[in-house]
Amino acid sequence: MAETTPTPGMDERHEEAHADGVTRREFIYLTAGAMGAVGAGSVIWPFINSMNPAADTLALASIDVNLAGIDVGQAITVTWRGKPVFIRHRTADEIAQADSVKLDDLPDPQPDSERVIKPDWLVMVGICTHLGCVPLGQKEGDNKGEFNGWFCPCHGSQYDTSGRIRKGPAPANLVVPPYEFLTDTTIRIG
Amino acid sequence: MKKVQWNNPVIRWVDERLPVFSYMNAEYNEYPMPKNANYLWSFGGIAGFMLVAMIVTGVLLAMQYTPNVHMAFNSVERIMRDVNSGWLLRYLHANGASMFFIAVYVHMARGMYYGSYKAPRELLWILGVVIMLLMMATAFMGYVLPWGQMSFWGATVITNLFSALPIIGEHIVTWLWGGFSVDNPTLNRFFALHYLLPFVIFGVVILHVVALHEVGSNNPAGIDVKGPQDTVRFHPYMTSKDAFALTCFLIFYSYWVFFNPNALGHADNYIPANPLVTPTHIVPEWYFLPFYAILRSITFKFFWIVPAKLGGVICMFGSIALLALLPWLDTSKVKSARYRPIYKWFFWLLVIDLVGLTYVGGSPAEQPYILIGQICTAYYFLHFLVILPLLGKIEKPLPLPKSISEPVLGAKESA
Ligand code: HEM
Ligand code: FES
Repeated sequence: MAETTPTPGMDERHEEAHADGVTRREFIYLTAGAMGAVGAGSVIWPFINSMNPAADTLALASIDVNLAGIDVGQAITVTWRGKPVFIRHRTADEIAQADSVKLDDLPDPQPDSERVIKPDWLVMVGICTHLGCVPLGQKEGDNKGEFNGWFCPCHGSQYDTSGRIRKGPAPANLVVPPYEFLTDTTIRIG
Repeated sequence: MKKVQWNNPVIRWVDERLPVFSYMNAEYNEYPMPKNANYLWSFGGIAGFMLVAMIVTGVLLAMQYTPNVHMAFNSVERIMRDVNSGWLLRYLHANGASMFFIAVYVHMARGMYYGSYKAPRELLWILGVVIMLLMMATAFMGYVLPWGQMSFWGATVITNLFSALPIIGEHIVTWLWGGFSVDNPTLNRFFALHYLLPFVIFGVVILHVVALHEVGSNNPAGIDVKGPQDTVRFHPYMTSKDAFALTCFLIFYSYWVFFNPNALGHADNYIPANPLVTPTHIVPEWYFLPFYAILRSITFKFFWIVPAKLGGVICMFGSIALLALLPWLDTSKVKSARYRPIYKWFFWLLVIDLVGLTYVGGSPAEQPYILIGQICTAYYFLHFLVILPLLGKIEKPLPLPKSISEPVLGAKESA
């Protein structure tokens, strides 16, 4: 701390000691500043991260669904992670429609085969990829849009019988969640 | 700041140690106000009153409200039916948000008409834009609290805006939600923030007023104060004028609260939130409609690469960011539209444009509304990015009066 009471000739001594022009004080400022930033960052991150999904929220991550009662042409909606999941027992017609589309015609090209495990069963998260509304099309009298799939009433996105986006502001196809067939008639989502 | 020698010994003792009394005297008693200020200058004070009213009613509501997805809706119904004067608190608060926005929008329009954002008031104006942004965040989160259908789906659509950001978007949305959809963690944190932000607004309002009193108030002539003959003391002249304006405003406010308390809200919000069913028309509160219309107007790829969804989000936030840049976009040296014969018309065109956007924002996303919305959106950006910068160069302003008192007292005295 001798520097706080400058003595004649002290500055010159500094210059001599550090030919590269960096003084001891500058070095201490920098390293202290850097340590301070690391310290602050290591506190801020847990603070921010505390707002991410908690362990119990993550624990609700999978559900089992029995498909036995769903006839051809029928659909059900189940809740997974607080979101609706559409499960549709597709008709042969719907499967054929989904297969016959040229990939070039799709804003988000993906063949139907990549979106299903068994073509009869279409399982997807029922949330419009635009801004998160639930599209219509699950119930008998619903507006299914021009492509006979789903229609989002919020801003008019239209999905086909494979849940692929065809028209409207949504950028992507309806998301297929991770799922597997436990038996022929039960699936586990998540 | 001028120190006052107070006669009262207690006041003097405090003031010598913490000059709050001298400060209040300088800023709210002696503060020189341009004497030509009209009633549009009362809306800042009205907005301040509304902020305090929102905090008082809000704190009382918070004593009865439960931020939990299973209980929130019922706790609000309990406030309406069982809590003593609960209906009054809630209707004052819910309609108060609308009144607060009316006051602030008029206040901003006043600033735009009379050029109050120009040097040396740029920072003052920017602090105002910050207040508006904070108000929007606060009102948005407040509307989620009753946990009705509009609460839930409004929250879903607006938080999903962030998913438009490339790469980090999805992570941000999950982080905002604290889960995989709008759910209990979301409601809980929105309540915490809804409680916090008004006090942050209060802090920024203090900065806003400090900045104002540093540079002084603008006036309808948009010219500088030349001396004491151009001003009046804040008290009693402005305090009494503002009190009258506030009284009229309160009558207007009372009309909504007592005679039409649900007109500004949406009936769907009296249906409890249901994550599996989206209402057919999701409409935000009226004060968000112009920005919502801009968001929805971008139905095409932007500059051939930016996807429509991201483009809409950029335009919506951009439309607000432009306001902060206004001091530099407007190149005219003349402040008041009174002396800007062309700008005057463009100002009213912008007002009409915003009314158009409001109308479109509340209409379903179909033709012809989409097209009208696109035209209005294009004009909005045209106004700020092309018309204002060019107009300052082209327009020939009318001759400015020599001083504020000249038009009032006649040329002889002011000369
Ligand atoms: C900038 C000031 C504020 C604005 C613009 C604002 C806005 C809103 C809005 C729009 C609602 C929804 C009203 C409805 O439809 O029911 C609301 C609800 C609520 N606010 Fe605020 N608020 C503000 C300040 C506060 C403060 C300071 C508190 C508490 C300390 C608070 C507590 C509440 C509570 C508990 C509710 C839920 C009850 C209800 O829905 O009526 N607010 N707020
Ligand atoms: S949320 Fe479905 S179209 Fe916008």
